[in-house]
This record gives sequence, structure tokens and C-alpha cells, in this order.
Amino acid sequence: MTDVFARRRFRLRAMKKLMDNYLPADQLVACPKCLRDIPIAQKEENLSVCPHCGYHWPIGAKRRLELIMDAGKYREINADVRAGDPLHFPGYPEKLQKAREATGMNEAVLTATGMIHGHRCVVCALDGRFMMGSMGAAVGEKLTLAIEHAQCNRLPLIVFSASGGARMQEGILSLMQMAKTSGALRRFSEKGLLFISVLTDPTTGGVTASFASLGDVILAEPGALIGFAGPRVIEQTIGEKLPEDFQRAEFMMEHGFVDAVVERGRLRDALGELLLVHQGGRHER
Amino acid sequence: MNGEMTAHERVQIARNPQRPGIRDYIDALFPHFFELRGDRLSGEDEAILGGVALFHGQPVTVIGTRKGRTLQENLRANFGMPSPEGYRKALRLMKQAEKFHRPIITLIDTSGAYPGMKAEEHGQGEAIARNLYEMSALTVPVIAVITGEGNSGGALALGVADRVLMLENAVYAILSPEGFASILYKDASRAGEAAGVMKLTAPELAALGVIDGIIPEPQGGAHTDPASVMQALDEAIAAQLRELMKLQGKALAEQRYQKFRRMSAFERAELVRQPAARQENQP
Ligand SMILES: [Zn+2]
Repeated sequence: MTDVFARRRFRLRAMKKLMDNYLPADQLVACPKCLRDIPIAQKEENLSVCPHCGYHWPIGAKRRLELIMDAGKYREINADVRAGDPLHFPGYPEKLQKAREATGMNEAVLTATGMIHGHRCVVCALDGRFMMGSMGAAVGEKLTLAIEHAQCNRLPLIVFSASGGARMQEGILSLMQMAKTSGALRRFSEKGLLFISVLTDPTTGGVTASFASLGDVILAEPGALIGFAGPRVIEQTIGEKLPEDFQRAEFMMEHGFVDAVVERGRLRDALGELLLVHQGGRHER
Repeated sequence: MNGEMTAHERVQIARNPQRPGIRDYIDALFPHFFELRGDRLSGEDEAILGGVALFHGQPVTVIGTRKGRTLQENLRANFGMPSPEGYRKALRLMKQAEKFHRPIITLIDTSGAYPGMKAEEHGQGEAIARNLYEMSALTVPVIAVITGEGNSGGALALGVADRVLMLENAVYAILSPEGFASILYKDASRAGEAAGVMKLTAPELAALGVIDGIIPEPQGGAHTDPASVMQALDEAIAAQLRELMKLQGKALAEQRYQKFRRMSAFERAELVRQPAARQENQP
């Protein structure tokens, strides 16, 4: 078992390095998929998508909302909600402090209201740079408050997931956020309201096993890793290497768990179309 | 009776192969048990055992994880690690219980959901999510009992209950202590130390407001005197059920949802809130 986790750790570290890469610098960055060097400026201009092979780099929550909302504008809600240290876990406050400084966010999820193609909605985005986008009690609370805000105002809800799963340092309380967010969505759905879940690289663990899988419509970015168990844990369990496309967005669509794989450049318009067909998603009941 | 034990010692007892399994609980507590199989979608997963029975004369639905008693049973039940088919069967039986106004009792003892290829292809994450979603709105009483290990979303998928009870030496956690130590200490051999900080024992979880009651075990663990544990569990379930039967339908679902809604621990960047503020809401 040790080996499984050692390999998972390696993968997480590699992913973290990757995410740190998109901090601004006027130099070249190598595409992890086709390995070509791309000037940072060109990568940014191309929405952090490789112009050669279409690889989608993970992007932060603020950038995500700027790309999606009308004129890049949104109003953040509950920005002050952030993790405590409920289990008094050694080293956790320091880790949080570091993540806050690195991202300028209080927590791993940004929740906001704004317009997409003229349709008002509540939009949430997890940020993979903040402790792997993990869900602790504050992330669960912010998501639940956003769901409740959407329900009160009869607005559609859109959540962009990017997460390694539940946050270890808050133990069982992190696990309980899975039940909390799922229950909140059940009540939201009863009101006839629209929830669109957008899965981005990576969406795994307790996030996949709760709100991210509960959309009326589930979209995914190309190549996004989507699953409950991580690939290395599965490889260790079955004792063989997984195919390259396993648990990728396209694979999940083929298996019936994703409605459409949508490139980053088309995501805003796709959401606009869905909101239009749902007549703004503001159904009364 | 086991008040002096460390968390690590409790983990060992919770995993003891001699510990009573789901069949033992069913044989002792639920007469006329009739097993119901299959998810009506694609398969049957023996890691989940479910069916109908009587409890103190009252029709109930019983669902739980099964590890199996013999090696052959262990293999067929995948050592108690359910697949999506198992979770979907559980949901089918829960919806059926709702139709017939039967309370639901779940019995949880699993190291987690199965991390295999088929399980992923068949939507392990979706299956667990769907259970959390639907359980939060069930209009019949749900009592969950963690009898051994309750690890991760694989345990929670049967655990969104009006009352969550734990055997005294059972453990309930986000992940096994080995997995936790590997991720956070980069060393699985520090599992004992991890168990100490994870707050996974019944008394710790009761203090956090995550569980509602503890079933005492004899010195050394449930396997040393199963009959006394069965007796205590029988009384605890009966007492909780009596309370829950007073509520009905949507009011019950609302109370269940609010119980999980309150499981919070966060700060406002200025104002500091207390973790898991459930004390004032204890049933
Ligand atoms: Zn490329």
C-alpha cells in the first residue's frame, strides 16, 4: 500500500509544479502533453490552451470567471468565509496561510453572481492552486451558501470543479461536506432550478462523489481527469498500467457520465446556449 | 468499558476478523430477513447485502456492507468494498422502503468503495453522489450503524441518516489511517500516529457532533461477547426508532438535511465561528 501512496504523492507534486507554472513570467513554458515550448504570452492569449495539441492547462478561479462572465465581470459572495482548524491539525494553519498568500484567496473556491450572455446566474469555481482545490468545511459551506443564494433568488447555478477531493486536514468534517452539498442540491433541484456542473482537470475523490456528479447538465473540458479513485491507486489495485485515455473527459462521456466535452474557448457560448434553452433557468414553482 | 484505549488500538479491534459481521447482526436483530438482490440496471454486487425484515414486529429495510465469513465469501464480496452496482442496489432498496413506509437501518463496515477499473467505468463517483443526494430527502426514518470500519465516501454513501450510531470500538474517517499517513506524513507506517490526530473514534466523533450515540462493547471488543453487543444494539435502535417514528415525511427529511447542513467549521475573515456548532441542536 505504501507504494500506492508514494506514487500518488509524486503525481500530486508534479501537478502542483504544473499549476505553479502559470504565474506570470515572460518566458517559455513547455506543454506537458506535446512537450513543445510556448511563449507565456501566447499561452495566456490562447486561454491557457496549447496551440499545437489542445492541451488545457488548469487555470485559477478568478481567471475562470473572467473568461466566462459577460465583460469578465462578477460580484463575489461570501469572500470572507475561510477554513478554521477544527481538528487542531499540526501544520494546517501554516499551510492555509501559504495557500492564501499564493492565490490571494481566502479559500479554495470562489463563489459569485454575474451574467452569462445576459442571463443572471450564480457561478462557483474551485481553484486547484489552493491546497489542490480540496473541500474542507469552509469550501463546503461556501458552496452550500451559493446553492442557497441561487435557490432564494431563483437563479441557475454553475460550478467549475478542479479538485483532488476532500481536504485531509479537516478529517471527517470534510467528508460531511459531501453530504451537505449533495443535500443542498437536492433541495435546489426540487425547486425546478438548473444546475450545470463543469468538470475540469482534475476532478477526483470526494468532489466527484458529491456535487460535481449531480448536475442536470454535466460538461467537461477536453482531457480533464475525472474519477473517484486516482489512476495510481487503481493501477496498484489491479496490478497493471491503465490506458492513457482512462478516466479522461472523453472516456467519461463515452461511458455516459458527461453530456458534452467542450473546449475552453467555446465554454462561455455553450453555457449561454444552455441558459437560453432553459429560458434563463429561472423557473417558478 | 474501553475508555483507556488509544485510537490505534481501536482501529485494530475494528478490523479484527473475529468481529461480528453483517450476517451476525441480521441473524440476531432482524427476524424474517429476506435478501433482495440487484440494482435493476446492470448487476448485483455482493459487497452490499440488503433486504426486508421485521424489527420488534415492525417491517424494516436493512442494508449494509458485507465482507463475508469465509475466504470464498470474502472474494465474492470484494472484501466489503462496494462497486457502483452495490450503491445503486442500496438506493433501489431505500426508495422501495420509502414506497412501503418502512424505516431503513444501514450497517456499515467497509475499508472504502472499490478502486477498480470497472467501478470507475460504471461511475463510482456518481453512484455515491446519487446516494448522498437521495438519502437527504428520504421520507422514512434512517438509522445508520457503523459496526467496524467506516472509511471515506464509500461509507458515507450509506450514512446520511437521521441517527448515526457507532459501536464503541468502531472507527469512522475520511480515509484509512494508513492512507492518511501516506499522504500527510509521506509514511504509511505512521498510521498509529495518524489515527491519534484524525478524530476517528466514537467518543471523538460524538464530541464533534458527527454521530449521535455509542453502543458499548465488552472489554477486548465485540467479538469477545457478541450477544451483549447485539442486545445493546437492539435496544439502541429500538429507542431511536421510537423517537423517529413520531416524525413523518417531509418534516423528517428536513430535520435530516438540517443535521448535515449544520456540520460546519469555518471563520469569517473577521468574525471567528466555533467548529461543528451542533451542541445546541443535539436530539
Ligand atoms: Zn501541446
